[in-house]
Amino acid sequence: MWQWLKQLYHRLGSPKWFYDITGRWIPWLAGLSAVGTIIGLIWGLAYAPADYLQGNSFRIIYVHVPAALLAQSAYMMMAVAGAVYLIWKMKMAAWVAKVIAPVGASFCLIALLTGAIWGKPTWGTWWVWDARLTSMLLLLFLYFGVIALQKAMDSEESGFKAAAILALVGLVNIPIIKYSVEWWNTLHQPATLKLTEKPSMHPDMLIPLLIMIVTAYLFFALLVILRTRNEILWHERKRSWVKEILER
Amino acid sequence: MHFDSFTAFLAMGNHGFYVWLSYGLTALIVIWNLLLPGLQRRRLLKQQAQRLRREKNHAPTA
Repeated sequence: MWQWLKQLYHRLGSPKWFYDITGRWIPWLAGLSAVGTIIGLIWGLAYAPADYLQGNSFRIIYVHVPAALLAQSAYMMMAVAGAVYLIWKMKMAAWVAKVIAPVGASFCLIALLTGAIWGKPTWGTWWVWDARLTSMLLLLFLYFGVIALQKAMDSEESGFKAAAILALVGLVNIPIIKYSVEWWNTLHQPATLKLTEKPSMHPDMLIPLLIMIVTAYLFFALLVILRTRNEILWHERKRSWVKEILER
Repeated sequence: MHFDSFTAFLAMGNHGFYVWLSYGLTALIVIWNLLLPGLQRRRLLKQQAQRLRREKNHAPTA
């Protein structure tokens, strides 16, 4: 097991290996994301029953919850990649952390926008400065800070280091987002899905939500892979294997 | 099917504006994220292929 992990680590550190293997994954990830989106959206938008309190506005859940979950997961992955770079100086980890930032920020923005739109018919307001909404806005600003720091330094390496440190410090915000609906009185409803409890939703509401969450993770993997491959091509542009691609 | 007609589906029981605005904005951000890496890749490959050709033409002849 340990040997296998060590081998995987060394392979992941090799840009050419990553480029080659992910090239084969792209069509699968793209296909599964497309199929998941189509099934999840048709089911959620047209076949799921309306919420007895919120009516049809609850259908925003199918983009809001997957985006919000992913915005937080992406942040944690970015911080872990940053830590791997700081500790072991693995360049691939720095590139992955770099490309996650704008993708995670996009999902965070989707969560904030759809949340505001959902808030209007449900709470009567687009925005309140309560714990959940404010900590989610802070997550967006943390993403912006990481993106800005990556570019702010004279050398690319010190930019990656500074960004990784900020990403790690910002990790404290993640549990605050998660527990904000329990620690403080807030307009935001508590979590719909809990790992430890049986879901309270109707299966026709729940299954499309689960499909959309899985799809969001696949789509995220696709976006990160596509961007990382560009990063690899740029940094390895003088290597012979990239020259072969360029001469094709 | 939850809705009786396509019109009812679009109306979303008076919540059509909120639902479709949410999905519209999400679609815009998703499509932008999907197109960007492809555009970057194409520009990168073009520029680097040009650089490679330039370097070959100006290579010192021994």
